[in-house]
Amino acid sequence: MDSDTTATRSSASPRERRRADRRRRLRRDWPLLLMTAPAILVLGAFHYLPLLGNVIAFQDYSPFVGILNSPFVGFDNFQRLFGDPAFWNATLNTLYITAFQLVFYFPVPILLALLVNSLLSARIRLFIQSVVYLPHFFSWVLVITLFQQMLGGAGALNTFLRQQGLTPFDVMTNPDTFVLLVTAEGIWKDAGWGMIIFLAALSTVNQNLYEAAAVDGAGRWRRMWHVTLPALVPVIVLLLIMRLGDALSVGFEQFLLQRGAVGADASEVLDTYVYYEGVVNGDFAYAGAAGLFKGVVGLLLVLGANKVAHLLGEEGVYSRR
Amino acid sequence: MTVVSEPTAARRGPRRAGRAAWEEEPGPLGKAAKAVLVAAIALAVLFPLYVVVLTSLSPQEAITRAGGLVLVPDGLSLAAYQEILSGGVVTRSVLVSTGVTLVGTLFSTTLTILAAYGLSRRDSYAHRPLLFLVLLTFLFGPGLIPTYLTVQAFGLLDSYASLILPTAVAAFNLIVLRSFFMNIPQEIMDSARIDGASEFRILGTIVLPLSKAVTAVIALFYGVGYWNAFFNAFLFLDDNRKWPLQLILRTYVLEGIPIPGAGPTDTVAGGPVPTLAVKMAVVVIAVLPVLLVYPFVQKHFTKGVIIGAVKG
Repeated sequence: MDSDTTATRSSASPRERRRADRRRRLRRDWPLLLMTAPAILVLGAFHYLPLLGNVIAFQDYSPFVGILNSPFVGFDNFQRLFGDPAFWNATLNTLYITAFQLVFYFPVPILLALLVNSLLSARIRLFIQSVVYLPHFFSWVLVITLFQQMLGGAGALNTFLRQQGLTPFDVMTNPDTFVLLVTAEGIWKDAGWGMIIFLAALSTVNQNLYEAAAVDGAGRWRRMWHVTLPALVPVIVLLLIMRLGDALSVGFEQFLLQRGAVGADASEVLDTYVYYEGVVNGDFAYAGAAGLFKGVVGLLLVLGANKVAHLLGEEGVYSRR
Repeated sequence: MTVVSEPTAARRGPRRAGRAAWEEEPGPLGKAAKAVLVAAIALAVLFPLYVVVLTSLSPQEAITRAGGLVLVPDGLSLAAYQEILSGGVVTRSVLVSTGVTLVGTLFSTTLTILAAYGLSRRDSYAHRPLLFLVLLTFLFGPGLIPTYLTVQAFGLLDSYASLILPTAVAAFNLIVLRSFFMNIPQEIMDSARIDGASEFRILGTIVLPLSKAVTAVIALFYGVGYWNAFFNAFLFLDDNRKWPLQLILRTYVLEGIPIPGAGPTDTVAGGPVPTLAVKMAVVVIAVLPVLLVYPFVQKHFTKGVIIGAVKG
């Protein structure tokens, strides 16, 4: 094989040589390609093929005619979408919940990491880490069931309140407190898991910096401000970017599962809107347009946030290279 | 992003055993506040689990006496478990979930290992565009409606395959495993190649034995994902005889809707309305496998197999 290629190499033009080189690599690497094929096939069939299916957003799609034969209608579906108050309700709910969680959820893993990091006993540290990581591995159905059993109308809290002769209040069905409820559920489930990345960043801080700061007379709060926080900033920026890029998704199952109890006015988010319009009402093209809108805006948000991060001198999600 | 990496990168969290000489001793109030806070956090996670397990094991009289969930042990009864595990919808859904989890985990892990190795050689043919195809899935999801229509077009609605195929390959796991494989010294593989070993043989006898821990973690992640999966089943299955446990949990426990054939005592109408003990027993069964595998995953966090790395 080798003598064969050297022979080609000595006489051929650069282009032919490249082609020969590619043939040689293909002959060598086909087992690797064979190994990669099944995963690529699955991604192709269930990621890239549906991606193409987004053309229904520009069609008057009918399930009986199929994607290939449904007539194109340009931006009609989008026009209808932008004139639909229910769509704007879902969009506003989504943005409201994102903003609320950015203020009241986002800092929790950071504070948790600072707390765990400040614990002196390794045993307690390990214990509390094991405990707070655990709910991350529970399903949303389970988490909401647990919340319902604790805080719902017949739950532990309200049973206790009734036994004490106090007025019970059911947060599981109250639209006004819904944003608090979903944030609390999110914190309970994932704040511990979110702490890992901050703990890792904290572990990379040079301990001598703390000592030097202390010698210079900085108290514990000033050390936290001037030593700990700067170490966390790149991670915080990265996570903020990712959260902003995801501003239009606040989670799906969590809202789907509670939509019935709380009502669509408070709990409809973009993802559930797409589901109900498309799968439940059968208006696939219209829901496809809503989904595509969300996907495209989301993509622009990620790229935009990343650009801003680069301008600020941070690395962002992907580097410029 | 959380990244699985080599155990050598282990040292996480704070390092010291005691307080450094320069660190001031916190006041008694500060210490007490911290202790209370830590205890409150631990209780917030553990208390609901305790109550659920206890109630599922309590006799009906104890539940009536407590007026709902049982907080203090008051008798022991396995009746709830006997009722749901002696045939009927819950039993069937446990079997479905177990089957889907086992088959799905095996399928996903196999595909992920193969592709991660297939893409791990720096100079191999076409690995760049293929890797790009994998990475691009992070940036842009296909959306719910097109995914639904695709699954429908493949004729997979109401099939067990629809619970596995659409989410079979997680790009994140693939990338994690690939970067682990790339850190294995190339010389070992090159010498095996010179000795005439095929790529499959190299993967099986050299690469996999060197990456047992990381492969196990990825399999466990897939496994927990399949066990917890709700959405695919919700979207693609109409036939409630094919429902996995999470769907039963939602309908039967969260919404309290009786399912025909839920217990052996059911009538024609629509099965019995679930008692609280039965509901809690379903919750316990749903959480049990997660609790059982958790120590193994947890062991790998502490060993440092999974470290939080800033870059994905």
